Amino acid sequence: VKALRGADVVIVGGGWSGLMLAKELGARTGQSVVVLERGPERKTAHYFDGMDELDYAIRNRMMQDVSRETATFRHSTRDRALPIRQFASFLPGSGTGGSGEHWNGITPRFLPESFRWRSHLVERYGERALPEGHSLQDWGVPYEEIEPYYLRAERLLGISGPEEAVAFDAPRTAPYPTPPMKLAYFPSLFSEAARAAGYHPQISPSANLSQAYRNPDGVVRPPCQYCGFCERFGCMVGAKAQPSNTLMPVIARQKAVAVRNGATARRVRHKDGRAIGVEYTDAKGEEYFQPAEMVVLSSWTLNNTRLMLLSGIGNAYDPATGKGQVGRNLTHQANTRGLVMFFDKPLNRFMGSGASGSVIRDLDGDNFDHTGLGFVGGAFIAAFAFGYRPVANFGIVPPSVKATWGAEWKKAAVEAFDRTASLSVSGEHAAYRGNYLDLDPTYRDAYGDPLPRMTLDFEENDRKLVAYMLSKLEPLARAMGAREVSSTGLRRYDVTTYRSSHLQGGTIMGTSPGNSVVNGWGQCWGMPNLFVLGASAFPQNPSGNPTLTVLALTMRTADALVGRYLKRPGALA
Amino acid sequence: MRRRQFLTLSAATVGGTLIYTLDRLPLREAHAQTGQKIRIPLRHFREREALIVAAAASRIFPSDESGPGAPEAGVVVYIDRQLASQYGRDRYRYAKPPFEEGVTEQGYQGKETPREVYRDGIAMLGAFDTLSPTAQDAKLRDIEGSYFFRLLRQHTIEGMFSDPMHGGNADLIGWQLIGFPGPQMSWSEHVDRHYGEAFRPKPMSLEQVVGRKVTPWEEAE
Repeated sequence: VKALRGADVVIVGGGWSGLMLAKELGARTGQSVVVLERGPERKTAHYFDGMDELDYAIRNRMMQDVSRETATFRHSTRDRALPIRQFASFLPGSGTGGSGEHWNGITPRFLPESFRWRSHLVERYGERALPEGHSLQDWGVPYEEIEPYYLRAERLLGISGPEEAVAFDAPRTAPYPTPPMKLAYFPSLFSEAARAAGYHPQISPSANLSQAYRNPDGVVRPPCQYCGFCERFGCMVGAKAQPSNTLMPVIARQKAVAVRNGATARRVRHKDGRAIGVEYTDAKGEEYFQPAEMVVLSSWTLNNTRLMLLSGIGNAYDPATGKGQVGRNLTHQANTRGLVMFFDKPLNRFMGSGASGSVIRDLDGDNFDHTGLGFVGGAFIAAFAFGYRPVANFGIVPPSVKATWGAEWKKAAVEAFDRTASLSVSGEHAAYRGNYLDLDPTYRDAYGDPLPRMTLDFEENDRKLVAYMLSKLEPLARAMGAREVSSTGLRRYDVTTYRSSHLQGGTIMGTSPGNSVVNGWGQCWGMPNLFVLGASAFPQNPSGNPTLTVLALTMRTADALVGRYLKRPGALA
Repeated sequence: MRRRQFLTLSAATVGGTLIYTLDRLPLREAHAQTGQKIRIPLRHFREREALIVAAAASRIFPSDESGPGAPEAGVVVYIDRQLASQYGRDRYRYAKPPFEEGVTEQGYQGKETPREVYRDGIAMLGAFDTLSPTAQDAKLRDIEGSYFFRLLRQHTIEGMFSDPMHGGNADLIGWQLIGFPGPQMSWSEHVDRHYGEAFRPKPMSLEQVVGRKVTPWEEAE
């Protein structure tokens, strides 16, 4: 292991949160910052040749190399965990920008009650309304303290959104920076039907720009072209905010910040309760030690937790006793694209953009009375025009057609191809004592390190929540003109079909070392010079897409580092 | 090294449409005249295997009165190239042991690479290409539950609808069939129009759109 010259800050993972923090430190301090990113460099110019569904959306060309490293999965501690041999239910990105390159750009704020979820539910419905086996808890930071950072994150990315306040959405102190996106036919049908049924549809907030925009850092991006290649692709014109086009232009000018590609972090080295640097392996297999005064983990939910466990930091969670914090409260999303509608009219669904669509939040969070419903939580519900590509979507036929291959199936599938659409139900996945992350005892990565092991399933609360949403949406689907509707409720957790890349938990934030791994600034309890950023800090999943909240919390951490910590290093809480 | 293998088809079976060779040169001289032959160099299959796979793909996605299918799109050429590439050797899968049986929600846990799955699957199909269509369908129904069939069905869809640089979707025939225009740069002026009416721009391949040769992943590694 070759020891390198020390840096002030070493950041593990060059995605949205790691690069955001690097950019802020580069702009506002004299700190020397090294970002370790295991994947390759990525820029807009690389994406022109990238509009190929097979390579990028089917073979996952931008994702973490699954042949080298994956996670294992089991439903419960009674089962044997087996490796996820191909990524499908979630897609960890790799390379500069991480998953922030291939995302869709859907950027809602979480509702205010999400941040004090357990307290809110107990106050309104009593302790007994909480799901069996749950481990729901408050975040420890109120919405009011996060709101200014939501606004800053929206301005940095140029979020396009509704011009006026929408009922049931999170309150805002200023409008969105750019006007809403255009609405394609399918979402327009949803918007109309939802409004007629008394809901409050809005055009989804979008990190794909409705018009050209210059952000507060002076970075200019062009408007979205609705080509329909967002999710699993990098944007070839730079209209979708990605770390490569929004943060890297600033970082590239910062002499004190270096992004080291091909560098896979293996351990955080620590001594006497302080992190002293990061051991990593480069693309050639050489091993290095990068000493630093401060270490930041921002390498996505699974890897943040895994690095802490591999490094022996904090106490690993034990589901049998409930003791220990690291790995606790793993959640995904109780979501489904399971309400499929078959129309008589063509929808021209090849046109669209990752976040162009119509959303209702009337059934989100605690925006409706849950008394007597038998579940808590809500869903972010939307009709999107993501861009509909044929390899992934061809073959869906109305329930009246039973064949899955051959002449009858082909005829029906050809006819249904552009007449089929589904509503997105992003239901909240509650946290449970039995769902957690630890290290797998059997399976290892290409370096011989244990893989992270996910023990994860959905429970009754989540299933009832999704069933309730589907029952509300079926009449809307009919009102939209669907001839046939097929709906599938939430089943057991399954790694074979795409859900979202929204995994949360493992290094959750809270108010004390007894209920969390990090404090409200992402600072590790008991190791004040170790910070952990990203959705691994979310105590549970609050329905909608997490990225804007990840960015807001990262900016809040940056402020605390610049304003307080670097002046007087020590515990912030 | 084994003798170079070719798949020889009569022009009639491919309907006289475009097929790409391995060098991605379009083969069009054989135009629907019966008796003429097209010779496609194979990268992975032996000719016998290619004929069996082509026949099976043609039952999954037949060419019939509802439009062209696997034969015209060159699905077997697509599959041949994929299996010849890193994909065929399981480059895109975590392939470390131990291999244990799991529940469906844990995904495919088999040890076999796509090449091996096809090798065994082709053996299961026997003299498939010489059977009558009815007998072929019966045979496929027998193996419907197998992982081989799942892969073959998935690859048939991929060969119908992926960009022609991968060897299938010849002449953009798959995209024409379903009204998908391919990866074009802007629908900005159209996205909020054409409500309820079919908008069907002429399809373009990625190379046509970007105006240069693009190297697919199977040829990049």
